[in-house]
Amino acid sequence: MFGLLTFQSFIHGPIETIPELMVVGGGVFAVLLITYFKAWGKLYREWIVTVDAKKIGIMYLVLAFIMLFRGGADAAMMRAQQAISMGPGTGYLAADHYAQIFTAHGVIMIFFVAMPMMFGLLNLVVPLQIGARDVAFPFLNSVSFWLTAAAAMLINFSLVAGEFAATGWLAYPPLSELQYSPGVGVDYWIWALQIAGAGTLMAGINFITTILKMRAPGMKLMQMPIFVWTALGSMLLVVFAFPILTVTLGELSLDRLLGMHFFTTDLGGNVMMYVNLIWAWGHPEVYILILPAFGLFSELVPVFSQKRLFGYTSMVIATMCIVFFSFVVWVHHFFTMGAGADVNAFFGIMTMVIAIPTGVKVFNWLFTMFRGRIIFSTPMLWFMGFISTFIIGGMTGVLMAVPGADFELHNSEFLVAHFHNMVIGGVLFGFFAGISYWFPKFAGFRLDEAWGKRAFWAWVIGFLTAFMPLYALGIMGMTRRLDTIDPSMGWHPLLVVAALGACIIGLGVLFQVIQLIVSIRNRERLAAGGDPWNGRTLEWATHSPPPPYNFAHIPQVAGRDAFWIMKKEGTSFQKGSYEDIHMPTDTPLGFVIAVVAGAFGFAMIWHIWWLAGISLPIIIAIIIARSLSTHIEHVIPSSEVARIEASYKQS
Amino acid sequence: MLNPQGPIGTAERGLMLHTIELMLIVAVPVYILIFFFAWKYRASNTSAKYMPEWEHSKMDELVWWAIPLEIVLVLAALTWTSTHELNPPNPIASDTPGMTIEVVALPWKWLFIYPEQGIATVGGLTIPVGTPITFKVTADAPMNSFWIPQLGGQIYAMSGMVTTLNLMASSPGTYSGYSSNYSGDGFASMGFKATAVPQGDFDSWVAQTKEGVMALNYPTYQSLAQPGTIDAPFSYASVADDLYDKILMQFMSPPSVPGTDMSSMPGMRM
Repeated sequence: MFGLLTFQSFIHGPIETIPELMVVGGGVFAVLLITYFKAWGKLYREWIVTVDAKKIGIMYLVLAFIMLFRGGADAAMMRAQQAISMGPGTGYLAADHYAQIFTAHGVIMIFFVAMPMMFGLLNLVVPLQIGARDVAFPFLNSVSFWLTAAAAMLINFSLVAGEFAATGWLAYPPLSELQYSPGVGVDYWIWALQIAGAGTLMAGINFITTILKMRAPGMKLMQMPIFVWTALGSMLLVVFAFPILTVTLGELSLDRLLGMHFFTTDLGGNVMMYVNLIWAWGHPEVYILILPAFGLFSELVPVFSQKRLFGYTSMVIATMCIVFFSFVVWVHHFFTMGAGADVNAFFGIMTMVIAIPTGVKVFNWLFTMFRGRIIFSTPMLWFMGFISTFIIGGMTGVLMAVPGADFELHNSEFLVAHFHNMVIGGVLFGFFAGISYWFPKFAGFRLDEAWGKRAFWAWVIGFLTAFMPLYALGIMGMTRRLDTIDPSMGWHPLLVVAALGACIIGLGVLFQVIQLIVSIRNRERLAAGGDPWNGRTLEWATHSPPPPYNFAHIPQVAGRDAFWIMKKEGTSFQKGSYEDIHMPTDTPLGFVIAVVAGAFGFAMIWHIWWLAGISLPIIIAIIIARSLSTHIEHVIPSSEVARIEASYKQS
Repeated sequence: MLNPQGPIGTAERGLMLHTIELMLIVAVPVYILIFFFAWKYRASNTSAKYMPEWEHSKMDELVWWAIPLEIVLVLAALTWTSTHELNPPNPIASDTPGMTIEVVALPWKWLFIYPEQGIATVGGLTIPVGTPITFKVTADAPMNSFWIPQLGGQIYAMSGMVTTLNLMASSPGTYSGYSSNYSGDGFASMGFKATAVPQGDFDSWVAQTKEGVMALNYPTYQSLAQPGTIDAPFSYASVADDLYDKILMQFMSPPSVPGTDMSSMPGMRM
């Protein structure tokens, strides 16, 4: 009846039981809270059924922050273990549990923190910046979000029933094959990523179509804001890279479920094929995350320097160069696998070539600041934090792109420091900058500056304290993923410093929570009009938060920095009579599909074949039914538009 | 790694330092400019020049496409030559004749077979100083990576495959070795010590090892290959001649199931 799932699956050791109880307790607490505030109806009507990109964007951000706590707790546990462990068998975590934690940390931070944060920002900003009322496929957008959320829930549920993969975040075979990982952990990993990956791929298609087909009249490609350009680049990478992930995971699951031999050690399987495939997806994935961060810096550096962006055309060319080259560097993740010198040298050089367009971007930001009038609000501070840490990460990256040097750095703590340098200093600081920059747009009020600056300093100092020691440890020969540390190695002092750094980062997160609470309390005083930063692009041309239809009148675009031109020419106020607006109709089907997909994933993990057999046809049936439905749009009458617009003027 | 004890380690450290120097040519000015611009053009400094509409300069942009391009060109030349010179299978030039050591990554210990001496060790490696050593690396376990930082860079250990790494110790000493690729529960115990001793000491160590009682053949190997960690290094006085090939061939041949001829299956790699 329940496949491999038995009562025993829910029983864990004493330490594993704590997170299990936290997940269950958190779920129960959320249900009670919603019931207490009688918010079920509101939750359903306003959020679960919504197809509004702005609301979906907010839900992506909420998901990202919930998972940030989970991934951050994992990080804290690892830092604590390495700081206190004194030789084999010491420390408070068992080896297998420790491995599950570092695997979950990586998977969660990339797939369920960084990716949702990016899609959150894309949903909130891209339609507004191109003067559109929604994305091209609003229903698909809802499906994409809910699939990501379902996958995140599946990962969290691995704390309750069974276990998670203990293989590292990319689950290299043969370790991830049945021979070495007979439990359900790797299956949780496979199916969570398959479901999230499907959502991501659909979102990619959605945004490419939106950007290419839904721009406001007059907006040529070379007049799009750079954030939209980088979003386009990033989504192109999604569409090319994610199918590789889907196929790779599919082959691994065929090995595990049907005894095939794609990546096994015997009967003709080849683990090296997997390593190539997973990085052919994995390397572009890094650029999927960093490109939108580059893009949003290109938006906010001009705004806070009170000056036009320097070198727009260079920025576009550089972005597209990065898109192209990110597909010809994947071998640099495994120079040590024994490929010949020609192959290694080629991929090493291609990796360095990416440094050229990236360097150009840095110079262009620099010369946007040059002869500007720079205001150091929180978003600009995050930019300064980004640029000064990112250069270190860039240099260590180029260093490891030299195969001869990589042989001595590969899989060491130096590598760990490098990619956290890129993902925290680059991606995360970027998204924090973006969130603090666009928060007034989607919330209607600004974030508190004082707490924002405190959070910034805690994050930057914490990051440096936590990760600079890891560079040193890598050079001292410490490899990654060690659950116990031999005290004779002399690594402990630096590991304790790193653990201290993690605490300071924790303080930064705490300050961000306080910032949010303080800002909500003072929302009257922090109220933002449509244009709180003296912005240049179209998202600032409408109200904050924008009405469901974004723009009462679709803007006419006359050039780059479209809103700036309107302000200069005095045409920024939307005049004239209102017209009826066609908007997509809310539907619960996206949510339903995701719930059923989650059930399907669960069934595949636990071999509950009847459930898998039912759930898949249900999804297909819903998609067919939805495709035949004609009630997918409704009209907001002009009188209603006038009423909404008037309500903004009153407040 | 900053204190290399062999030609490969020394070359790799030199390469690293050289690369860092080249990158600092760009990075240092950029750092200075960022903080200088941020200070000079702060909003409160109204005496600084302000050009809000200045957005483009072909000459300037050409310069910063060119600067990183040139540095990457130099780095690319360095990468091409160094990658070929430091390619792990390259033999190390030396007057002393080289020796081969066969390395097998097991869950979770290292097996070192000395085919020329007919002995084997587990969890500890002893090598003669000044002799180029060719490590033939494979695994009977999840993927590992064989690494002795002070002697030089690493190579993956994979079942059914042989990767080759050439290293040499220039001075006597004990150097830490690791597996750098996560391979399961006992991974943290896969550290080992590589001891480099003068040739005379090495010869007497071999002779002493041969006096031991334990013999490594396929049955004893199979129990050694069971998952588990070891408390202290130990050695075998003799090794079956074809053991290393047998370890490799485990993954090449189909399991012998009576009544089935799997070699006739399509796609079978024999």
